[in-house]
Amino acid sequence: MSRKRKKGKRVIPGFGLTMGITVTLLSLLILIPLASVLAYSFRMSGTEFLELITRPNVVQAFMTSIGCAFVAAVVNCVFGLILAWVLVRYEFPGKRLMDGMIELPFALPTAVAGITLSRMYSDQGILGRLLSHMGIQASYSKVGLTIALVFIGIPFVVRALQPVLEKLPHTYEEASEMLGASRSYTFRRVILPELTPALLTGFGLALARGIGEYGSVIYISGNSEKEGTQVVSYIIMQKLNSGSVDYEGAAAIALVLLLISFLLLLFINIVQITAGRRTKQ
Amino acid sequence: MSKETNHIKAQERVAKEIPPKAEKNQEKKQKGFVPCLLIGISVIFFLIMLVFPLVEVIYRSLKDGFAAYKNAITASNTLSALQVTLIATLIAVAVNTLFGLCAAWLLTKFEFRGKQVLSTLIDIPFSISPVIAGLAYIMTFGRMGWATPLVEWLNDIFGTNISFVFSVPGVVLATIFVTFPFVSRELVPVMQAQGSAEEEAAAMMGAKGLTIFKRVTFPHIRWALLYGMILCCARAFGEFGAVYAVSKARGKTFTLPLEIDALYMAGSADSITQAFAVSSLLVLLAIIILVLKQVVEYRGKREQ
Amino acid sequence: MYVEMKHINKNFGDYEAAKDINFGVEQGKMIALLGPSGSGKTTILRMLAGLEQQDSGDVVIEGEVVNDIPPGERGIGFVFQNYALFRYMTVYENIAFGLRVQKQDKKKIHDRVMELVDLVGLNGMEKRYPDQLSGGQRQRVAFARALAPRPQLLLLDEPFAAIDAKVRKELREWLKKMIKKVGITSIFVTHDQEEAVEVADEIIIINEGKLEQKGTPVEIYKKPKTSFVAQFIGTSAVLDDFSGFKGFEDLPKNNQAIVRPEFVEAFKSDNEKFKSLIPAAETGEITKIAFRGSYLELTLSVNGILLKTNRSLERRPVSVGEQMCVLVYRVYILDEEDANIHKNKLLKGVDIEAL
Repeated sequence: MSRKRKKGKRVIPGFGLTMGITVTLLSLLILIPLASVLAYSFRMSGTEFLELITRPNVVQAFMTSIGCAFVAAVVNCVFGLILAWVLVRYEFPGKRLMDGMIELPFALPTAVAGITLSRMYSDQGILGRLLSHMGIQASYSKVGLTIALVFIGIPFVVRALQPVLEKLPHTYEEASEMLGASRSYTFRRVILPELTPALLTGFGLALARGIGEYGSVIYISGNSEKEGTQVVSYIIMQKLNSGSVDYEGAAAIALVLLLISFLLLLFINIVQITAGRRTKQ
Repeated sequence: MSKETNHIKAQERVAKEIPPKAEKNQEKKQKGFVPCLLIGISVIFFLIMLVFPLVEVIYRSLKDGFAAYKNAITASNTLSALQVTLIATLIAVAVNTLFGLCAAWLLTKFEFRGKQVLSTLIDIPFSISPVIAGLAYIMTFGRMGWATPLVEWLNDIFGTNISFVFSVPGVVLATIFVTFPFVSRELVPVMQAQGSAEEEAAAMMGAKGLTIFKRVTFPHIRWALLYGMILCCARAFGEFGAVYAVSKARGKTFTLPLEIDALYMAGSADSITQAFAVSSLLVLLAIIILVLKQVVEYRGKREQ
Repeated sequence: MYVEMKHINKNFGDYEAAKDINFGVEQGKMIALLGPSGSGKTTILRMLAGLEQQDSGDVVIEGEVVNDIPPGERGIGFVFQNYALFRYMTVYENIAFGLRVQKQDKKKIHDRVMELVDLVGLNGMEKRYPDQLSGGQRQRVAFARALAPRPQLLLLDEPFAAIDAKVRKELREWLKKMIKKVGITSIFVTHDQEEAVEVADEIIIINEGKLEQKGTPVEIYKKPKTSFVAQFIGTSAVLDDFSGFKGFEDLPKNNQAIVRPEFVEAFKSDNEKFKSLIPAAETGEITKIAFRGSYLELTLSVNGILLKTNRSLERRPVSVGEQMCVLVYRVYILDEEDANIHKNKLLKGVDIEAL
């Protein structure tokens, strides 16, 4: 009986074929190479591993990467919310141009962004000069690093918020207004809660991207161990460069970085699943 | 188009137009201090963060005049890098389109155990550092990699000499890795929203898989597919970190971003200007991508 | 029997969508699968179509077990809920799809499509896309599309759910007429009893994956076999204990009773016509009068028990607070799963029909 039942179980064809291709490509291109990193770092003993990842420069790089990415993600949440709001709710000349250019950081190669930002915010650069008058050194400091991460992360937040804002009906605000709520109260108690899942998702994505970012930050940061402007990706890359090849060290740091990424991915998934569940009710 | 169709369309237009008009009035009423402030903040942020860098690239690339610009972008290293970039981008887009279509079909048309896990695994490249992608391939196919003997064995059998790191195939692999989920991510929500009813109806009438895909599903997803391919393309030609890890030979396996890095790191005023000249090529590509993306997005939305 | 389901079981995880479902359908009949939402009726229909696979049991069509035959080869036309019309195909292409899949001759396809367009009255709309059609027109296309390959059995999943209440009645009659005209055996799923009663030759009532009762609309209405059917069909009030009522003293105590408005008669004590019935009637007070368009719905309190009855507008006016004679002809008494009819014993020998 059960043998007979197997056939024709799924109405829409293509299950086997698509499953085969998906799993094969995913395994060959993503999972197996990543597993190699794991395997490599598991070759080390626990103490070796700990020793490698607790070296002062490594710890400092993690602090820098996470700290700057966090600050940048917060900045992006603020400006991303304003940009998304303006793009969805208001009409003004140049709106479509702005809307299209929001994704420039996705489309512009990170190396190009990196060298450009680095020049712009250097002491001779157009914005760097301004900032240095104010006593802020942007290029070759954590400030510059954070600016680069803001540039990289802004589309994540705006694009996460836009569709949600578009679906949020005007009647929501009107209802709140009719009940006598002030604008800011309406925003805090009615609109913001609706946007929170999308905002958190955008935050998570921007943070994840920021922590692992390489191309756009290495030029502007200066990569100085003394100044604490080395990021984790830079440390890994250094260990891969001929002359000072250190695969164990690279694998160990990569493992920690992977772990952080997985946690963030988990966080984003949980946010989305809970949000989905809430809207269903 | 028949008269009647036009008539119906006109009616629909009338029916649809009433609410937006009401909304527009709403907006006008709202125009006051707060909207102006918000628009102002947005415009300033937009100018400083997004427009200035673009202007900067163009300005710096042309600083030494047009002849120098031309020399920089026709240098043999630049042309070789352009070629590698194009190869890697084309292959990455092709592979990820195939993968994206399969994965989206699998994730939206069927229920099976482990679906959520699979969908999460596909998104991995989104959230991990591109440097790790490069590292992963080095640890698999590099000097110490466990797959190296396997590759050598295969090379012996087929009489080839393919290497997956520090080579063009390595660059291609790294590019595929970082752009892996782009197409599937665009397709999944569209196909989910569309549901499976039309496909079921077609299967009910005896249509086979390819017919169902071509005739029923494809018209729904063509814009999303194109959109995903464009995003994939943008990320592919701009990838730096992952490719940097597995590509060491300038003029052979370098892509344009790597060439820019090499020029910039050389440090002389001339080479920095050259770096910006090459960058301007990528800026142009980025702008083309953005325009295409807007067009595709607009067409896709209009058809919804 | 033309179509049969034999001992069908189906679970979705913990949820039992079908529990030992057995029924047969005769050729040419129009059957309604009726039940509340989540009762499993759609799953049963989908298993018939092959869109869902049963865990155990057999689906038989024309004497052949079709468990392993894919849906496209079962010779079934299916009208989906919300129709699932191909959005990127015209009306013509939608109807032609099944025929094109069979690689039929172009001329033949054209003739068949035009025949169906004509049948469903959509002449001149062949080139429209589904989003240029009204709900009713879409239903017609879905119907024509399902019929195009000349199926032996037509299945319809909530065919009226996506249609405005106003047009629904009209379409019901149209669909019934069409199906009778084509003469095809058909089964449709609905949660609307009015729809089932009006359209179907026979109704199968499903609740929580179980088949409760199968019968003609009149049978189901007059002789509900289970307590679920008694409560589900018609508008009924459920009372906890009815044995205190005049004429029902012999009832088993503490069993729930179901009283429908049409089981109750309320009349003024000076009514000549009902004079002979007064000994069998209780006295009650009108607590509420609701106007229902073509009649009044009275709520009466009899010894604290609330009963409802409908009153023709042609009769004498009544007002809230007025004392009335309240006669109950019969009730359904629920005993575990079953429902039994009990008549008012004081009415024995009185010719009610003559009234």
